[in-house]
Amino acid sequence: MTKVKTLDDLKKMRNELQSKLTLREKSDHPEKMVQIKVSMATCGIASGAKETMNYLIEELDNRAVDAVVTQTGCMGYCHSEPTIEVHVPGTEPVVYGHVDTKKAEEIITKHIIGGELVDGVIPVSYTTPNEDENEK
Amino acid sequence: MDIVKLNIDNKPVVVEKGTTILEAAKSVGVNVPTLCHMKLHDVGYENNPGGCRICVVEVEGRRNLAPACKTECTEGMDINTHSLRVINARRTVMELILSDHPAECLTCVKNGKCDLQTMAQDLGIREIPFEGEQSHYKEDKSPSIIRDMDKCIMCRRCEMVCNEVQTVGCLSAINRGFESVVAPAFEMDLEKSTCTYCGQCVAVCPTGALSEVDNTRKVIASLVDPSKTVIVQTAPAVRAALGEEFDMEPGTLVTGKMTSALKKLGFDKVFDTDFAADLTIMEEGTELLGRLQKHLAGDKDVKLPILTSCCPGWVNFFESNFPDMLDVPSTAKSPQQMFGAVAKTYLADQMGIKREDMIVVSVMPCVAKKYESGRPEFAVDGNPDVDFSITTRELAQMIKGANINFDDLTDEEFDNPMGESTGAAVIFANTGGVIEAAVRTAYEVQTKKKLEKVDFEELRGFEGIRSATVDFDGLPIKIGIAHGLGNARKLLEDVQAGKSEFHAIEIMACPGGCIGGAGQPYHHGDTTILKKRAEAIYREDEGKEIRKSHENPFIVKLYEEFLGEPCGELSHKLLHTHYFDKKKKVEINND
Amino acid sequence: MAKYNNHILVCGGTGCRASQSEEIVENLKQAVSDNSLENEIQVVRTGCFGFCEKGPIVKMIPDNTFYVQVTPEDAGEIISEHIVKGRKVERLLFTDPENNEHIADSKHMGFYKKQIRIALRNCGFINPENIDEYIARDGYAALGKVLSEMTPEEAIKEIKDSGLRGRGGGGFPTGLKWEITHNVEGDEKYVVCNADEGDPGAFMDRSILEGDPHSVLEAMAICGYCIGGSNGLIYIRAEYPLAIERLKIAIEQARELGVIGKDIFGTGFDFDVELRYGAGAFVCGEETSLIHSMEGLRGEPTVKPPFPSVSGYKGKPTNVNNVETFANIPVIINNGAKWFSSIGTEKSKGTKVFALAGKINNVGLIEVPMGITLREVIFDIGGGIKDGKKFKAVQTGGPSGGCLTEKHLDIPIDYDNLIASGSMMGSGGMIVMDEDDCMVSVAKFYLDFTVEESCGKCAPCRIGNKRLYEMLDKITKGNATEDDLGILRNLANVIKDTSLCGLGQTSPNPVLSTMDNFADEYLAHVKDAKCPAGQCKDLMEYVINPETCVGCTLCSRVCPVDAISGDKKQPHEIDTTVCIKCGACMEKCKFNAISIQ
Repeated sequence: MTKVKTLDDLKKMRNELQSKLTLREKSDHPEKMVQIKVSMATCGIASGAKETMNYLIEELDNRAVDAVVTQTGCMGYCHSEPTIEVHVPGTEPVVYGHVDTKKAEEIITKHIIGGELVDGVIPVSYTTPNEDENEK
Repeated sequence: MDIVKLNIDNKPVVVEKGTTILEAAKSVGVNVPTLCHMKLHDVGYENNPGGCRICVVEVEGRRNLAPACKTECTEGMDINTHSLRVINARRTVMELILSDHPAECLTCVKNGKCDLQTMAQDLGIREIPFEGEQSHYKEDKSPSIIRDMDKCIMCRRCEMVCNEVQTVGCLSAINRGFESVVAPAFEMDLEKSTCTYCGQCVAVCPTGALSEVDNTRKVIASLVDPSKTVIVQTAPAVRAALGEEFDMEPGTLVTGKMTSALKKLGFDKVFDTDFAADLTIMEEGTELLGRLQKHLAGDKDVKLPILTSCCPGWVNFFESNFPDMLDVPSTAKSPQQMFGAVAKTYLADQMGIKREDMIVVSVMPCVAKKYESGRPEFAVDGNPDVDFSITTRELAQMIKGANINFDDLTDEEFDNPMGESTGAAVIFANTGGVIEAAVRTAYEVQTKKKLEKVDFEELRGFEGIRSATVDFDGLPIKIGIAHGLGNARKLLEDVQAGKSEFHAIEIMACPGGCIGGAGQPYHHGDTTILKKRAEAIYREDEGKEIRKSHENPFIVKLYEEFLGEPCGELSHKLLHTHYFDKKKKVEINND
Repeated sequence: MAKYNNHILVCGGTGCRASQSEEIVENLKQAVSDNSLENEIQVVRTGCFGFCEKGPIVKMIPDNTFYVQVTPEDAGEIISEHIVKGRKVERLLFTDPENNEHIADSKHMGFYKKQIRIALRNCGFINPENIDEYIARDGYAALGKVLSEMTPEEAIKEIKDSGLRGRGGGGFPTGLKWEITHNVEGDEKYVVCNADEGDPGAFMDRSILEGDPHSVLEAMAICGYCIGGSNGLIYIRAEYPLAIERLKIAIEQARELGVIGKDIFGTGFDFDVELRYGAGAFVCGEETSLIHSMEGLRGEPTVKPPFPSVSGYKGKPTNVNNVETFANIPVIINNGAKWFSSIGTEKSKGTKVFALAGKINNVGLIEVPMGITLREVIFDIGGGIKDGKKFKAVQTGGPSGGCLTEKHLDIPIDYDNLIASGSMMGSGGMIVMDEDDCMVSVAKFYLDFTVEESCGKCAPCRIGNKRLYEMLDKITKGNATEDDLGILRNLANVIKDTSLCGLGQTSPNPVLSTMDNFADEYLAHVKDAKCPAGQCKDLMEYVINPETCVGCTLCSRVCPVDAISGDKKQPHEIDTTVCIKCGACMEKCKFNAISIQ
């Protein structure tokens, strides 16, 4: 371990380390952040959900978007995998199907940052179980 | 000097900053009762753990009561030393202390001299509203000191004197809470500990928890035994303190009355340890000069400084603390033991009685002398040179017990041949006295000149460590003096490190020397008493016709008739001893 | 540096470790590797979450799922269900006692709702054995700020302005203490952290040291800079092996990184910390005793003044603060005095950590803002009294505190209000009692503790507490008179008034507060020889109701001392002079004919 010699060293070190804990920090206040759930059941993983999820995490981080990406079970839209649910604070959650990395980029740019819906929305008529808990 | 103004019991008081409430109150005549507190001016001893809480007073604006002995005065304090709140608290605390104290005053060694008893009386305690368990500890009887810790009130005076003044480090508080008590480590017996039997713990104990072994019954038993010839020797310090036991002014010399009382008690002969003190000077002085001459002749192996060896507490101290230096102290026995050795040989012969039929009793200001008289090397075929050693206090007890009106006694003289002594022997009682006596003789022997002025003021005083250079006709002799074992330790450590420049060092275990011995009447914290005793001793010296040991005619005769010469063959056999490594290894008993 | 998508936080506090949280960590790691998820999931051992009643706790990040009472066997399921399949393991979720519904997110639990975590900010959040995680949470930034941007006077002013008061019990203003030590001349000064937590049932300090040791180290260094001292000593009881272990790791890491040691942040300021172990004497929590113990002397107090600020360790100026007090310091420096003083009441700022215990549903460690009421703590956070019993009293301040009752429930908790109510803040123990608790016995319990823990130095504490205990014992045995109550009260007052140190000055509080608040109960014991709570064995009698007894003889056969007699099919009788009140007969009786009176 190299020694911290100045306050600036410490600040630099903190900035580097902070990302390690952002996940925990964010999870403490999920309601203030963009929450994305990636359906990661067998069907999802088989159709590339893992790559989508990794891409989302990395890209959101790159663009400094405060977001929590979590995995969830099968949403039931196996025909449209990979599926993700995007929940921007203050708006209704939206589910997208067939989200590959390209689609994911579009969702980040247009939906999450731009605030407009993108093609590929799957209409949903029920709430997800996790959301149910969050409402409490 | 910073000044603090305050009110005590509505009296305005002005004191120096740092003064305690207790001292400030005293300065305006307000007496705040104390129990654990004890301050001995001049000997660097102050015990005020603030533990007994008897001295609590009410300070306006303070949440709880303040211990007067431990609380410094601050500007504008308004103090009430005897408010109802204070009186109630003080009484309740006293009742608590008594509720954990055996109610055996009638048979207690301290009956009538007990600080706790006095305080209970002063506070008017008539009944104790608390009943409950009392603490019990095993009784510990050593050759000199008895510990009856059921009577301990945890004032910690003994702990303070043992650790801070004497640096013996034998006693300390052990256990916790209700079971806490002052004891040697692991609650081992004193005899197994590093205790030197200096007895200063006994001297400061406010209750009967610490006391000396009582030999008076044994003495009386031998007095009534017609087959025994019982002779007694009295140490120099006894005559300057015994009167206090009979309400005389401290510093009253009662040599004649004491002799008279001893005769009335039935001792066959009443002799003086002072005679043996003169003998000690002959032996120790000769030894000193011998070493000195070898040193001056360039002998590098000779041990200097020479250390005095008449104090048994001190001997015990170096045997267990400095076992690597056993060849440094003088080999001369103490006066008590020289007396016994001569009495049971020379005197017994003269009186025509057998050794076994002679009982030698010593009256000492000391409790360590009891242990010393029992050392196996001081006996012949199991018969000790000194049979029983009793303290000044025990002698007073015997006199009172025999219904002798001490005040009315007419002075009587010591018997001869072992009752004659010089002023040099008398001053053995004071710190610095032994070395002064040695100088008086050594000077004349060394320089072959007559000493005109025998008073060496530079060797006297109360300071813990003193030094002086005495001019032996061009030869400067450097002398060191220490009293109190803590001070002794400092000098000894210098000697051990090879840093000491002294030729001779006198050491006394007790603060003040023998006049402050643990067998003397209790001073109850008043050190002016010690000073008055010391002054009395110097008065006695001044009043003596002969003031140099080698001029004692009976000493001269003893050498002519019996011993030969100082440090000669017979002297060596009878009057010298050797020392033992008594460094204690801690034994932990798991039973 | 690996970046994980999921963190699994496992409580590594002493309580949860005792329920096998170490094995849970091992099994989780195994399950992670079985599923080849090592690069995505980090299993983190943290400090205490506080909800000890429901431990061991496992918290899933990022979705914040809070699993309770997890066993090592559950690890596989947590990974395969929660992580792989994205389904919560329902049976491990906390069940809301109000409506029996599962709550997944801890923020929705009553236990956490009203808490504000300042001292415990990192407990249960970071890995205490990893300095990186502490630094990521602004660790050592406060020290850096103080050293680079503030004078000692400015930093002391910040602490003074924050209104922080000593969390060890006394409530002395921390900034003022620092200022006094700062102002004393001295070539060598010491910063001492008092981690000799000794109240029965209290574990605030232990949890902080186990969960966030660096916060204490950082604060001690800040204190050292403020008072002008380079030596830090942590006096910690040897019975806290885990806290000691974590402190050792923390000190080593901090030294290695250079945030303690020589020339910190290149400012020329040196500060290092050493550990000193206490043997577990309660009195050594008192600062002068603590210092004597560190000096190798008998652990007993000396009269103050002189205060340690003037003459402490080795006679040098010494600043002694409690663990929790220190844990607040870095946050105050980082967020400012104004922020801190916005929390709490007028004279007590910030938060206080309490260890909730006794007859309460949610036993555990909580941190609440000053000014919260006892009612909120006991009923909202603590989940109310166990088994639906009636609340009777709450003891705050440990053996030095008092018992508060129903009428005190709505008093805002702060230092001064608790003292005015006859108790005290203490270090933060809070023990709840229900209708089955006899208040005389409660007082006796605390006195038993004090008698054991008195150092024995001063007479009122050494003997007085023993006598208090014996008198209480006499009362619970029905042998006391009304006069004894007067003697008891006087004795209690005198002990308070005359004892040397805080231990004796407060030890009668449980007696006095129960005498004040439950006078009837004392009277019932001495006048009627009855224990209203039915707890004092000597005052109970087992009686057989002749109406309901059918004479089945079962009771007489089970009685170990043959105290029950009676013919078959006739009502039986208990000889109360022989009965030892073991209760075996009542247990056996099928007709509910035996009762206690």
